[in-house]
Amino acid sequence: MTTPKLQLVDIHKAFGPKKVLRGFDIDVAPGKSLVIIGGSGTGKSVSIKCAIGLIQPDKGKVLIDGEDVTNARGKKREDVLRKFGMLFQGAALFDSLTIWENVAFRLLYRDGMKRSEAKERAIETLAKVRLKPDVAEQSPAELSGGMQKRVGLARAIIAKPELIFFDEPTTGLDPITADAINDLIREMVTDLGCAAVSITHDMASAKKIADEIAMILDGQIIYRGPADKIFNSGDPRVDQFVHGRADGPIAAQI
Amino acid sequence: MRVSRNPLAAIGAAALGFFREIGRVGVFAFAGIAACFTPRIYFGQILRQFWRIGFLSLPVVGLTAVFIGAALALNIYVGGSRFNAESFVPTIVVLGITRELGPVLAGLMLAGRVSAGIAAEIGTMRVTEQIDALTTLSTNPYRFLVAPRVTAATLAMPVLVMVADVIGVMGGYLVSVNSLGFNGAIYLQKTLDFVTADDILIGLTKAAVFGFIISIMGCYFGFNSRGGAGGVGRAATYAVVAAAVLILASNYMLTTLFVK
Repeated sequence: MTTPKLQLVDIHKAFGPKKVLRGFDIDVAPGKSLVIIGGSGTGKSVSIKCAIGLIQPDKGKVLIDGEDVTNARGKKREDVLRKFGMLFQGAALFDSLTIWENVAFRLLYRDGMKRSEAKERAIETLAKVRLKPDVAEQSPAELSGGMQKRVGLARAIIAKPELIFFDEPTTGLDPITADAINDLIREMVTDLGCAAVSITHDMASAKKIADEIAMILDGQIIYRGPADKIFNSGDPRVDQFVHGRADGPIAAQI
Repeated sequence: MRVSRNPLAAIGAAALGFFREIGRVGVFAFAGIAACFTPRIYFGQILRQFWRIGFLSLPVVGLTAVFIGAALALNIYVGGSRFNAESFVPTIVVLGITRELGPVLAGLMLAGRVSAGIAAEIGTMRVTEQIDALTTLSTNPYRFLVAPRVTAATLAMPVLVMVADVIGVMGGYLVSVNSLGFNGAIYLQKTLDFVTADDILIGLTKAAVFGFIISIMGCYFGFNSRGGAGGVGRAATYAVVAAAVLILASNYMLTTLFVK
């Protein structure tokens, strides 16, 4: 059996009295795309922040290529992070840098690459996400939300990561731009051959980018199955969520 | 947070909260200092911050110094004339500016301009996940954000205070020569005769400490801001208030140390 690229085992995380993750388990194989769906406040973002190491879990293990990196620090943590790429919900581009400097950030500031060479790589990568070279010198504030997401995607893939995380990749985008972002994500994951973990509550996006879909509820995975079976899961909680019904076993959070 | 109805318990809770905050600031400051001296050091970022914190603060520091020097000369002249000691104006202006008013007023002006700016910038980076993004790009946020600002502010403040010293003395000179009837050459001669290297060094040492305080307060409150635009605004306010209070308190302690 192939060693999973990422495994989260029995992860627990609480913030004060609020228990966000209560025995969260997930794994993703190399080259596969897993999408985690779930309502707001169910622990989706916390789960991937635990995987990346931005949040320390109270209990449980994070394994990368079978190696326990839950408490990795310093150089070991940096080595682990080198394998990752991440597209943030709001793109999280650095305001003080130009677009090409954002895309080439890791090459410039981590790997010490020459600026001319890094700029060339950044423009090549921008082309992969269908952005023209003339955006390279612009600042993030000059771009639309969809373009910022593409730049975020370019920044995530420039160093050829082995595992990419997508946090709500289509939130706040119009349906056409959202579909274009979904196509790009699928294309990038296939081209790079990397594993991908996405969190979303956009079912159109989930169907398009996932090999498998898992659903989180109350800090635990309650369902996992192939993407094409998600609308026939047989689980009333999953059915309620994927069909977007207010009535059902899950109480609406208003 | 639950508010206790017992006044003693409320005072105790406030005291505990205060000391907890001091502890957090101490840990943060230690991590910030450590980041200044351990690789990787981002020289480009240090130069960029030196420009923003140092060079761009020159107008505000210069204007403050010239007006304070002028007002100081007038006040010393009025006070001195009550016991025929008007001739002490150049001496007291230069000592007052170099040892006390130059560093303190430059520090307070920078607390407003720089500390708030740093807190707002880093606070915005926090709430828009840019600091998380730095981490995922294998970049230590303390080394990339805190260390360049702390290094630049600690080095730039003494330079700014040196400029403030010269401009402040010239403010006193202009008023004394043009309004109070002093001879320009004698005024400058007296200034140079009475000021010592120690007076200037004391002011510059204070300036370096104030630069550190200004930057670390901005970074600390920015790093810990939460809750969107309101949180960023609060971070900027807290940074200015904390930096100003710490500058005044540390100025007293440093002055006590230096006069012994």
